[in-house]
Amino acid sequence: MSLTKRVIARLDIKGPNLVKGIHLEGLRVLGKPEDFARYYYSQGAEELMYMDMVASLYERNSLEEIIRRTASEVFIPLTVGGGLRTINDIRAVLLAGADKVSLNTAVIRNPELIRQASRYFGSSTIVVSIEAIKQSDGKYLAYVDNGREYTGVEVVSWAQKIEELGAGEIVITSVDREGTGLGYDINLIQKVSSAVSIPVVACGGGGSPEHVSSAIVEGGAEAVAVASMLHYDYVSKNSMKGDFSNEGNTEFLKKKSSFAKIKPNSISSIKKEMIKNGIPTRCTRMEN
Amino acid sequence: MYKDGKLKMVKPKIAIIDYKMCNLFSVEHACRYVGGDPIITTKPEDVRSADAVILPGVGAFHDAISNLRELGMDTAIIDVISGGIPFMGICLGFQLLFSSSEEFGTSNGLGVFNGAVRKFPRDVNGYTLKIPQMGWNSISINKESHILKGVNDDTYMYFVHSFYVLPEDNDIILTKTTYSDFEYCSSISDTNVFACQFHPEKSGEEGIKIYRNWVASI
Repeated sequence: MSLTKRVIARLDIKGPNLVKGIHLEGLRVLGKPEDFARYYYSQGAEELMYMDMVASLYERNSLEEIIRRTASEVFIPLTVGGGLRTINDIRAVLLAGADKVSLNTAVIRNPELIRQASRYFGSSTIVVSIEAIKQSDGKYLAYVDNGREYTGVEVVSWAQKIEELGAGEIVITSVDREGTGLGYDINLIQKVSSAVSIPVVACGGGGSPEHVSSAIVEGGAEAVAVASMLHYDYVSKNSMKGDFSNEGNTEFLKKKSSFAKIKPNSISSIKKEMIKNGIPTRCTRMEN
Repeated sequence: MYKDGKLKMVKPKIAIIDYKMCNLFSVEHACRYVGGDPIITTKPEDVRSADAVILPGVGAFHDAISNLRELGMDTAIIDVISGGIPFMGICLGFQLLFSSSEEFGTSNGLGVFNGAVRKFPRDVNGYTLKIPQMGWNSISINKESHILKGVNDDTYMYFVHSFYVLPEDNDIILTKTTYSDFEYCSSISDTNVFACQFHPEKSGEEGIKIYRNWVASI
């Protein structure tokens, strides 16, 4: 028996809502994050990841409330990211019930924050997220602000620096693939996972259980973050209740339209595919 | 539990030690979920008057031990343990019970048990370990304990750690876990103390069983 590969349900949050976008933009409202979180827990997700898409100071309290409600009924790890800039920001979400924090913009601007935070909270609590965009010369550069802002930082050397500074885990997101369902950028994941010895989480582009398996087998990822597939699975199986405020695009929910490129898939169908490929997987209650 | 000889169920008061380091909410909630009455506290007197005590844990060993000493918690912990009060240590709270750690230079622990806290080796049998170990790994049960009632051998629990505990006394080892080919002690039990490297409050329903068993024993 050894460590299993993890399926992480990633939930992008805007205000009180779970949202999903393409290329990290054009957000559509899908429902209440806590409802989806509870469902993924019962389905056997290994972990949850909440990313605050707006991350304004004004909405921080609302995120902490969501973390509190989730952590009171879901007994699996929760990573929270989006707009965390200081040791105090990190402490606030940890005290609300998060187990790990994911840092991006703040640490590209001030890499020393990785060292301070891992020194203070322990390496294992500090996750650094890299949003990568492939350049025309084939190189990958890190972006911030949900893939909107250029930094000029080269991804592989940045990943190595992140490890040196003491972070416990790297989430590598392909902005090009995010929300497309075309599959993870295996080349990118492979480059990063072979350059560091801390765990690497593949993120961005998962459209099928086969994509998840190949991110692990070919990409060398320790864990895979999945969003759209799972969200559409939940939406297709559950009737949406309540008012989803006036934020974002709710047309998708009202029409219950399917999403052209991404078919709904449950956590158990992802795990079945992983088992088929000989990937060590935690055995849990399997539902179809 | 019964108090004053009356047949009235009283929820056991569980002091969760807050030393400004970690996620206390999930530990608190797990206690409440299984019928305990948890309080999060920075006061040694709350620890001394509780029915049971939890030292949770995420964070760096050196800062943790300094914070505990500053709060006067170090002596309170040693006193309640020697007084027979049920005590649970989780993750860093497990490591802190041992004599010393090599995280960021050598620091002395609480010394309740003899043994060292060591960093995982980089290479085991030619294979590079990813450090920290982060994720679900199984526990192999080393001895009988009421704490593991209903929990099967090879059950998966959630781990996040770069350091492991090497106890001097093998008899206290409750479970072992193997990370790649590297086997280490993942929990201990000794009279009123149970402590584990994994996070039962993050290990789904199987981890909640451990909380239920522990609270039932108070």
